[in-house]
Amino acid sequence: MDFGFIFSSALGELFSPTTAAYALAALGLAVHFGYSGLLNFGQAGFMAVGAYGFAISTLSFDAPFFLALIISVLCSVLFAFILGIPTLRLRADYLAIVTIAAAEIVRYVVTTNQLTSVTGSANGLAAFENTFYAMNPFPEGSYMGMNNRDFFIRVVAWALVIVCCLLVWLLMRSPWGRVLKGIREDENAVRSLGKNVYAYKMQALIIGGVLGALAGMIFTLPRGAVQPSNYGTELTFFLWTCLLLGGMATVLGPVIGAMIFWVVLSLTQSLLYGLIESGVITWLTTVQAGQLRYILVGIALMLLMIFRPQGVFGNKKELAFA
Amino acid sequence: MSETNEQNIDYMTDSRPIAVGENTPGCKKRDPIVVAEDVTRSFGGINAVDVEYLEIPRHKITALIGPNGAGKTTLFNLLTGFDTPNTGKWQFEGNSLAGVSSYKVARMGMVRTFQLTKVMGKLTVMENMRLGAADQPGERLSKALFKGMWGGREKEITAQAHVLLEKFKLDAKKDDYAASLSGGQRKLLEMARSLMVKPKLVMLDEPMAGVNPALTQSLLDHIKNLKAEGMTVLFVEHDMNMVRHIADWVVVMAEGKVVAEGPPGEVMKNPAVIDAYLGAHHDVDLGDAEGIKVLEAELEADEESVVGTEDAGILSEIVETKKEDGQ
Repeated sequence: MDFGFIFSSALGELFSPTTAAYALAALGLAVHFGYSGLLNFGQAGFMAVGAYGFAISTLSFDAPFFLALIISVLCSVLFAFILGIPTLRLRADYLAIVTIAAAEIVRYVVTTNQLTSVTGSANGLAAFENTFYAMNPFPEGSYMGMNNRDFFIRVVAWALVIVCCLLVWLLMRSPWGRVLKGIREDENAVRSLGKNVYAYKMQALIIGGVLGALAGMIFTLPRGAVQPSNYGTELTFFLWTCLLLGGMATVLGPVIGAMIFWVVLSLTQSLLYGLIESGVITWLTTVQAGQLRYILVGIALMLLMIFRPQGVFGNKKELAFA
Repeated sequence: MSETNEQNIDYMTDSRPIAVGENTPGCKKRDPIVVAEDVTRSFGGINAVDVEYLEIPRHKITALIGPNGAGKTTLFNLLTGFDTPNTGKWQFEGNSLAGVSSYKVARMGMVRTFQLTKVMGKLTVMENMRLGAADQPGERLSKALFKGMWGGREKEITAQAHVLLEKFKLDAKKDDYAASLSGGQRKLLEMARSLMVKPKLVMLDEPMAGVNPALTQSLLDHIKNLKAEGMTVLFVEHDMNMVRHIADWVVVMAEGKVVAEGPPGEVMKNPAVIDAYLGAHHDVDLGDAEGIKVLEAELEADEESVVGTEDAGILSEIVETKKEDGQ
């Protein structure tokens, strides 16, 4: 077994664009659930809206990069409105049901055969990333072992993560963030103090949704393809795992959670594969090992919930009264 | 009534009559702040609230009493927009509140607390207080990012919160999570928080429930002082001592209707009220040892008391069996 390779590939996951996308989407969930108490189980839907919004406007309408970006963000805002208008007046659990259904609806709509010319159906869309890489300021060459394209997407992805974290942090320390946290605790009490709870919840839903849409774009750009199967419900649950790992009502928690999630996945996979190939483990095939690592992530999450329920960054005191 | 005439009046000692004319249920007030007319609310055939006419006097402390299920809290919910009546009109300072949502009612200056105390557990006591303040520009999303736009107001709010927390003896707790407070302290925090809004009318739903008796007196003083600051208070309470001590006016509800109104001394002698709620010997304080003796003495003298008559039930049976044993 080549431990050097195992660790370097695990470290590579730390800053991969996929990790950045997970971090952004989980940050959106932190805004939704950690700060506002909105139980969003459809973050994959927001990511899909972001990714498809970008890909379709680029491919079908030849939109330049920034126009496609704006269209994609506007689509996610619209999606948030559609979800929020009927459900935000109801109790939190209804939003959970509606979001999980809405995310599936998005996935089934883009899979429909009738829309193949626009969405590419189950095969998805490809070759929409050129407008992005055309802006690459880095000349060809090797950057820390990566080519200039890989390096560019990493720089953009993590810069976006840093900017979004900063914005969320600024928002949450403000009186606006305080009202959100109040709504999380008891929305009727906040209402009785003269705050328009509905408007605040809608703003939070939109902000978290836009973060999800940005994550969707970061997720698809390096792949150069967007496929409906990538945006299933399991993606939402991975995002929740990241959020719980890091700590719910924190800014850095989702980012660190996403990093832990991917490093652990990568480590367990390479270790298991190495052990199988070297003949130490004979009762597993590599396909089974691929499944086993998700089981291990699940066990890790359970242990975390039992022994450190507030997550890595969460405040223990907040949980003492949960 | 013009504002200029009102200016020189000390609301603490103002003894002008509250009602215009007789103190009957639904009577007109000299200066009402809230007027409700034909307000009804039914839950599946049961009329929880059926108020024909009610005015709440301005700059006074009004107590709303009545047995459990009389519709007091429902009336609170209806007046503050947390629930919608089936019929009726109701207004606050002349502005109709029909169809006005609860947060707008609060902004107009009519702030309530809840019977089941609502504090934001995972916010500190100070943050709970700050949340109550009105006119914080930083609560708008467009200004939240820039501390320069709300930092100044935040300092004012914090100073205001400090004064209130000191009054309510919560200043030592200001950095603790509200969830760590006791039930009584939460009641205090909720009341203090509602005052952060600087309301014109404070509506307290059972402010004394669960509050340490040692704190009761100071809490009563706080409520009285609200009047000095020009506020109007409406509260629901079961503690008759409190009602008698601080209320200027008492409204009695039973089965959703207003059955009596008047100054506390007068209302508590009203036979309808005694029937509905107080019981014949309501003025005896059973809390101290003397009270029980007084009650026994009163019961012996009371013609309506069953003690010593055929209707005494279990009491007479015990007497009978003793007689039989003796034979």
